[in-house]
Amino acid sequence: MLDVSGVSWAVPAARILDRVTCTAPAGSLVGLLGPNGSGKTTLLRVVAGLLRPTSGQVTIDGDAVARLRRLAVARRIALLAQHAETDLDLTVLDVVLLGRIPHQRSRWSDSDTERARAVEVLAHVDLTGFEHRKWQTLSGGERQRVQLARALAQEPELLLLDEPTNHLDIGHQLQLLHLVRRAGITTLAALHDLNLAAMFCDTVVVLDAGRVVAAGAPEQVLTPALLADVFGVEAEVGTHDGRTVIHYRPPAA
Amino acid sequence: MVRATGRAVVLVVLTVGLLASVGVAVTVGPADLSIGTVWLVVADHLGLARSDVPPLREHIVWDLRLPRVLGAAAVGAGLAAAGAVMQTVIRNPLADPYLLGVSSGASLGAVLVIVAGVGSGVVAVGGGAFVGALTAFAAVVAVAGRRAALAPTRVVLMGVAVAQLCAALTSFVIIWVGDPHATQSITFWLSGSLARAGWAELAWAAPVLVAVLGLVGWHARALDAFAFGEEAAATLGVDVIRVRWLLLVATALLTAVLVAMSGAIGFVGLIMPHAARLLTGPDHRRLLPVVALAGAIFLIWVDTAARTLFEPRELPVGVLTALLGVPAFVILLRRREVRG
Repeated sequence: MLDVSGVSWAVPAARILDRVTCTAPAGSLVGLLGPNGSGKTTLLRVVAGLLRPTSGQVTIDGDAVARLRRLAVARRIALLAQHAETDLDLTVLDVVLLGRIPHQRSRWSDSDTERARAVEVLAHVDLTGFEHRKWQTLSGGERQRVQLARALAQEPELLLLDEPTNHLDIGHQLQLLHLVRRAGITTLAALHDLNLAAMFCDTVVVLDAGRVVAAGAPEQVLTPALLADVFGVEAEVGTHDGRTVIHYRPPAA
Repeated sequence: MVRATGRAVVLVVLTVGLLASVGVAVTVGPADLSIGTVWLVVADHLGLARSDVPPLREHIVWDLRLPRVLGAAAVGAGLAAAGAVMQTVIRNPLADPYLLGVSSGASLGAVLVIVAGVGSGVVAVGGGAFVGALTAFAAVVAVAGRRAALAPTRVVLMGVAVAQLCAALTSFVIIWVGDPHATQSITFWLSGSLARAGWAELAWAAPVLVAVLGLVGWHARALDAFAFGEEAAATLGVDVIRVRWLLLVATALLTAVLVAMSGAIGFVGLIMPHAARLLTGPDHRRLLPVVALAGAIFLIWVDTAARTLFEPRELPVGVLTALLGVPAFVILLRRREVRG
């Protein structure tokens, strides 16, 4: 369970996060929504312990993240970035085994248990048999699934996703979020696509200019008024097969 | 991924190769010494046998050739390993150990010692080079280390600036003094040469080499964590800033010690890591021992070629590594372009 309480983060010129409070109950998938520059990525970085909040506190199962050592954080929180890039000639197994680093006892070799674990998480992201494929030959969708496998290999209590579907086509977007959902790990995910958020998230938190402006179940939060207010778009919100669906209207000429 | 057995085989082969290279390279040279004579001298000094080789020949083997071959091994191993670490920490495949201004600082220090006439003695020049190298590195860190982060881009830019400044000052000093003897010894030194490697230099370099290789090896998995960038490394539990400081300072210190012994031998630290990665893949647990051993073997043979190819004249070994390194560098660049 993740608890963010009154978190602010500021640079000399601006306050990027302004007393943000939100929670993610154990096992839930919480969507973090908001326009560009609203502070989603910054909040994820604070939660991941990469940035120290100016004030307020992030706790994971009662432990303040800012007080945990880097390694202790890595054993409990995994981050899946928008876009993972490397020049190195890594295999898929190499990448997934990176996720074992926080848990690894030996400095010199990977144990059989660790390799078995890697194979297991690859199966979870439907990439069985990809162990020896080269990272450089993978498609964008495959790369993000490998990164998800790496994150799962960390055996985290909390998974953080920073717009992980940004560069993917719709099929791969749906697939990735489905796999995240299926992992059953408490997840805080910054998402751009509101329909995807409505489809997969238990609750959503909407940020605007560093503040939480709404939070709750998608169907309660994603109202035409909020969409106009925060995103500046005109839209109708309906339900279809029991799901919240957003229809956007083109901007008035 | 690391398979213990495959790794062991490669390491055994390279270790045997290194020992064999040392054993054979000491027998190669202008003085006509038989392999038996050379090994007898070495065995005598190690207390394994008694030789009655004449003192002059004994001197050639024990005081000239052996320290030189071991010096080549140490410089090759150190530069290659330092290059591999730099490429990972700076996250740039074209990084090399001289990126931190160390070699140009060393040149300036050596040149100042030579023209100041403190003594063109080996120890004085080496000392000047070492001080110059660390001063240049301190200047890079002083500017790039703002807010303690030592961000790679700043390090690279500052390293280039300091290197240019030192090179300009070195040229200025050489031209200003205009002493042909000094100019000659400086030129030889700038190109890199193992002619000055003796037991005294090795006594300094070897412990630093062993300590830094150990430290770097200890951090092999942390270096792996840098594959997808610093933030990814941090989320895998690596204290990025601490590791970066530690490893950059350690490699700069090692490079300074090596450059003080041999001058700035180019391309070993740039090319060897790439060559070794072709063999081991990017996993540092495999890469680091292999790159160090391969670098040692490589430089032993290049130096042997440098001192014997054009007998009785000797080629600065740096000239030869550049002649071999530039084509390798071009191939490397093309591979990168192909990959996009």
